[in-house]
Amino acid sequence: MTPFEPAGTRRDVLHLGLALVAAPLALAARSTSAVATPDAMAGAIRTFLGGAQAQTGRIKLDLPPLVENGNSVPLTVTVESPMTLGEHVRRIAVFNEKNPQPSVATFHLTPRSGRANVTTRIRLADSQKIVAIAELSDGTFWSAQADVIVTLAACIES
Amino acid sequence: MRMIGCAAAAAALVMGLAVSRAEGLSPGDLRSGFEDMSRENQALQRDDTANPAMLWVGEGEALWSRKVGPANRACADCHGEAPASMRGVAARYPAFDESTSRPVDLQGRVNLCRTRHQGAPAFSFEGQELLALTAYVALQSRGLPVAPPEDPRLTPFRDRGRDLFNQRLGQLGLACAQCHDTNWGQRLGGSTIPQGHANGYPLYRLEWQSLGSLQRRLRNCMTGVRAEPFSYGASEFVDLEIYLSARGKGLAIEAPAIRP
Amino acid sequence: MARTLISAPKTAKAGEVMEIKVLIAHPMETGFRPGPNGQILPRDIITRFACTYDGEEVFAADLSPAMAANPFLTFTTVATRSGTLTFSWEGDNGFAQTETADLTVSA
Repeated sequence: MTPFEPAGTRRDVLHLGLALVAAPLALAARSTSAVATPDAMAGAIRTFLGGAQAQTGRIKLDLPPLVENGNSVPLTVTVESPMTLGEHVRRIAVFNEKNPQPSVATFHLTPRSGRANVTTRIRLADSQKIVAIAELSDGTFWSAQADVIVTLAACIES
Repeated sequence: MRMIGCAAAAAALVMGLAVSRAEGLSPGDLRSGFEDMSRENQALQRDDTANPAMLWVGEGEALWSRKVGPANRACADCHGEAPASMRGVAARYPAFDESTSRPVDLQGRVNLCRTRHQGAPAFSFEGQELLALTAYVALQSRGLPVAPPEDPRLTPFRDRGRDLFNQRLGQLGLACAQCHDTNWGQRLGGSTIPQGHANGYPLYRLEWQSLGSLQRRLRNCMTGVRAEPFSYGASEFVDLEIYLSARGKGLAIEAPAIRP
Repeated sequence: MARTLISAPKTAKAGEVMEIKVLIAHPMETGFRPGPNGQILPRDIITRFACTYDGEEVFAADLSPAMAANPFLTFTTVATRSGTLTFSWEGDNGFAQTETADLTVSA
């Protein structure tokens, strides 16, 4: 008797369900501004914005929608900007809502950057929403968000 | 796209359950764990400027030229440039060692060289130096097919490895074969069960956040079925690896690979 | 000295936007993870990375425990004139490391 017969089907239905739920959630997050975020992330974002408001647009956040292991998740942020002395991106901050701490990283760019494009790898403790906010040299803030489903490798060490 | 994929997988799973699996893997079915990974992890493995395993390879390259022992001898002093001399070596290991009358895996071979020809103490298993040197040597076979030697002296050890692979172990009473021969392609936890080949080792496992050896992974599997894992360096692991080489014959070496 | 892997062009044309990748070996211990005896392992991370080009900082990153182990960054900078790119990392427990790469810029 193999241990795998009925359970596998149930897991696949669960995954199908998760995928169905995640897609409309992601769409909803982009279209409305009133998205429920845990307080810590909201607080960290407020601190970064320093009283200003962030508009959606101009910044693009690339994350895989489904990740096999939250220990290493590739992330790319891109901001449309000429990156000149007069008009450039000053900072890009990345936040999360379910890790122990809300801040992921803050990137400092300069007019010598050429492009506003940064790639890195981050850790995600659970399936959650990621927010990236760009601060431009004219003092405006632009934000984007993405939802990531995190699964874990089976047969873990401990 | 993801939703359609999941539905297709569910349908395939249901259909697959109705088909009985033959004993062992059919040669036509051979599939590297690479195929079961996400696109992002595949891209990471392919990018030598981003793959964290290359940090260990860099270390291994430095160790290759480091003179040690009373004769002040480096690997390079006997073997010259590794890309030339080590090409194909990882593909044909484990191999039989005359002096010990036992097969030895690649890391065991590195340690034999250390003690016998350099007069230096053996590296500890799963230590950074041994991982780095093994990764550097294995890299020189990347892209070549797994090619276990046609050596009749290996036969009893390969048989022992096959027996271990098919033996139920641990509190869960599961044999490697039950997941990796019979149920590969189906899901366990959130992941697809791979066929469990050894063609990528040593590799950077995201779960470990570090480079690790095949033995480390096999120990994880044993813990996973709630069995007491064999010790690092145990002959059982070498026997298993000989069997895994035969089982995965022809797959391209991917060392140092990425796995989730 | 932690091992690093830096991918930066050795030559470039003036005005060209160069992509630079940096990878450094570091566990980025979060401070939230229990060790084998059940006790939480203390935090040990790299907190800041900076790239200077001919002495001027052209890119920097403030890092948190949410960065993956063996931190990896890809960023860009404009090739202006020949000189030295300096990459520096600093972090907990007095971690500090600097690597350099020479760059030749043609007109």
